[in-house]
Amino acid sequence: MDFTAKDLQSLLEELAQVMAAERDNLCALDGEIGDADHGIAMEQGMAAAASAARDLAEDLQDCSLQDLFNAAAKGFLNAVGASSGPLYATAFMRAGKQVGPATSIAADDLRFVIVAMADGITHRGKAETGQKTMIDAWRPAADIAAAGGTSTEVLAAAEAGAASTRDMVATLGRAARLGDRSLGHPDPGAVSATMIIKAICTRF
Amino acid sequence: MDLTQKLINAGEDAVDEMLTGIMAAHGSHLWRPENAPRAVIARDGPRKGKVGLIIGGGSGHEPTFLGFVGKGLADAAAIGNVFASPPPQPVVDAAMAVDGGEGVLFMYGNYAGDVMNFDMAAEMLELEGIEARTVLTTDDIASAPREARATRRGVAGNVFIFKAAGAAADKGLSLDEVERVARHANDRTYTMGVALSACSLPHTRRPNFQLAAGEMEIGMGIHGEPGVRRGPLQSANAVADEIMDAILAEMAARAGDEVAVLVNSLGSTPLMELYILYARVAERLGEAGLNIHTSLVGPYCTSMEMAGASITVMHLDSELKQMLDHPCDCAMFQVR
Repeated sequence: MDFTAKDLQSLLEELAQVMAAERDNLCALDGEIGDADHGIAMEQGMAAAASAARDLAEDLQDCSLQDLFNAAAKGFLNAVGASSGPLYATAFMRAGKQVGPATSIAADDLRFVIVAMADGITHRGKAETGQKTMIDAWRPAADIAAAGGTSTEVLAAAEAGAASTRDMVATLGRAARLGDRSLGHPDPGAVSATMIIKAICTRF
Repeated sequence: MDLTQKLINAGEDAVDEMLTGIMAAHGSHLWRPENAPRAVIARDGPRKGKVGLIIGGGSGHEPTFLGFVGKGLADAAAIGNVFASPPPQPVVDAAMAVDGGEGVLFMYGNYAGDVMNFDMAAEMLELEGIEARTVLTTDDIASAPREARATRRGVAGNVFIFKAAGAAADKGLSLDEVERVARHANDRTYTMGVALSACSLPHTRRPNFQLAAGEMEIGMGIHGEPGVRRGPLQSANAVADEIMDAILAEMAARAGDEVAVLVNSLGSTPLMELYILYARVAERLGEAGLNIHTSLVGPYCTSMEMAGASITVMHLDSELKQMLDHPCDCAMFQVR
């Protein structure tokens, strides 16, 4: 089974819908340990990413997966700023670099897209696992993906990682200022990361 | 839960509609480049041979940041969504508009998102041949212990810190010198706040944290980040004392030293309450033998409709005093 430029567009459209639907839940999670805007950033960012990819596909016949990922990166970044803007823009650009100027890849290669996105987020945000950030979902998912795990296993790793942030004390990002008071609340960035990983995992 | 009451149109249009209003009201001070609606530039100020000072951050803190754009203070501000860093592009647009060939200095509060976006902007400007340096503000003493000063947040003390750097740039100092003055100003500025009620984002119109009736939170951040202590609401004098104890302990000033003071509203706390706080702050500074050179009282760095206040003290020396006294003419702040 192949993953085509059209499939990437539909993935981005789905992510925009998921983030719109989950916006208030993500904001409420962020309100516990941050400034309550994570859902808004993810909704705006994914909507802009999907729309930028849609515009590109209309203007440019046979645009490559990399073109679409780069358009999504720019769209997300310029719509959002915040923390998620640079992190997901870098993730999308790395994903684009990973797939290259192809118009389709084998669906199973989406595992390497997950790895590339996790690496991009790590590069930009300088986070390590255990600091109660989105990387607590991305890193375990990427490790399982790189090791050849099934999409079900990759998603399970992301979900377990996100759940584990509940028992972590934040040491990076805004919640780091809370100290022990961040305990007992999952990291909203790890929760939204799991939604993205889930959408990718249904495609391989 | 009931939605909070706001005089807005669509929540997602709030920032752009505010900017439209600001441009309509303050067009004699401010302009925006075509195709860069989130870069707000001073009409007077930026010029050849002068270091450009660019400030910025999320919206919702007005008059911070754009109110401090003008001759003698910041040359431009990059405007983000509510409580969210601007992306790199408006920062780059602002820098290109104000560059006078001597480099630019970015100044903004120390938040992870702002650091990533402004750093990306600096990388993009390097390709354009414009040197961009950064001084983060870290005046919120409640946000991390003294030994971790560099990790603290930047809050209302921004106005004094930006003012000092803006004056240095306006006097024609080099990028090295403007950066040094900016760091020096930040090192000597101390802020702590108290929140009495939540604010809400225009998109969600839901309180961004819960504070029970009769409670206050000392040390809360300007985006509602939880503070150091939650407890029953106390009198103005008790709150001012708790904050001044912390500031004076850290400032370690000597009798006879001079200070600049800001008693800032977080949004809905009125001037009456700010002046009640100010009276106690002045009394405490007097008891410590410190002389007040500059006083600001009012909304300078807000958190939309949050109730509460912050107290900032800048420990002056002759250089900082000179920088604060230097004239500036901004849309929402003037020194003559």
